[in-house]
Amino acid sequence: MSSHNTTLPAQGTLMQGKKGLVMGVANDRSIAWGIAQAVAAQGGEMAFTYQGEALGKRVKPLAESIGASLVLPCDVTDEAALDELFATLEREWGKLDFVVHAIGWADKQFLRGRYVDTPRDAFLTAMDISCFSFTAVAQRASALMKDGGSLLTLTYLGAERVMPHYNVMGVAKAALEASVRYMAADLGRDGIRVNGISAGPIKTLAASGIGDFRYILKWNQYNAPLERNVTLEEVGGAGLYMLSDLSSGVTGEIHHVDCGYNIVGMKNPSAPDISVAGD
Amino acid sequence: MSEIADKVKKIVVEHLGVEESKVTPEASFIDDLGADSLDTVELVMAFEEAFNVEIPEDAAEKIATVKDAIDYIEKQKAA
Repeated sequence: MSSHNTTLPAQGTLMQGKKGLVMGVANDRSIAWGIAQAVAAQGGEMAFTYQGEALGKRVKPLAESIGASLVLPCDVTDEAALDELFATLEREWGKLDFVVHAIGWADKQFLRGRYVDTPRDAFLTAMDISCFSFTAVAQRASALMKDGGSLLTLTYLGAERVMPHYNVMGVAKAALEASVRYMAADLGRDGIRVNGISAGPIKTLAASGIGDFRYILKWNQYNAPLERNVTLEEVGGAGLYMLSDLSSGVTGEIHHVDCGYNIVGMKNPSAPDISVAGD
Repeated sequence: MSEIADKVKKIVVEHLGVEESKVTPEASFIDDLGADSLDTVELVMAFEEAFNVEIPEDAAEKIATVKDAIDYIEKQKAA
């Protein structure tokens, strides 16, 4: 893709002395990895978690490449596993400054067809992993954020408006975004900020489970005000802003990093008709 | 061997970290080359990018061997 940006993240000291947990890196295309790289370039120290060995073997070399030594397994639906994770962080660091929560899951069988047909168990699992896990993490992370902190999650426009195939994930993301606001209100007095980044579509491993993802990318590219798709590095930069003191006055916010697509109400008149997607 | 076949082999060697001699046309990504299910998704993404082709999910599911990948991409490129 011609819009792909390969510039290195800006170097600096914005995150010097800060320690944080990054959950949800799957490989080097992951949004969480884009944020981690931006944070690492600013001197932040990070621990990473993964779910299952298939992901673990991908995360370990990435973590190593930025000198992170804490790479821990964690199933976010398991309360005991979360307790153990945060006990380890407390033992190793004694405190925590930030968390990146980039975790979501729905059975891809239900990321096509009609939302209205979603069965109860698929709904509850999507909600548990994609929404409640952020709350469960915040409960434990906030206890370690003695000097305040920043909690960041990833969401998508499908939470606000209907996107074809996004279905139960859209409903789960809407709940996640509401939880950002409620937790921001709860934790504000402790100097803990809670925000979300609503990124435009990026071709990640997770996105490969979404039906017609290519079409979604094309549509955004043609119709976003910037007339291109957002890059991993750009979401990384926005993540750095949310995690660093640059955004110290910001909480409860859902920040769109989508080349402006969310403001658009109709197809760009100059965009070609891609209804039969060929290209 | 075609240019496409060469490039496919190179991507497989690089991604799976296997020896080139093992990447024969008949080699199955999962059974012979030690790929897991995420590797197969990542390989398809790498092919799409390298060859600028679209490999929809139902086609991707049928790509099990090196030859399957080469054939699919050659067909797309010829079309």
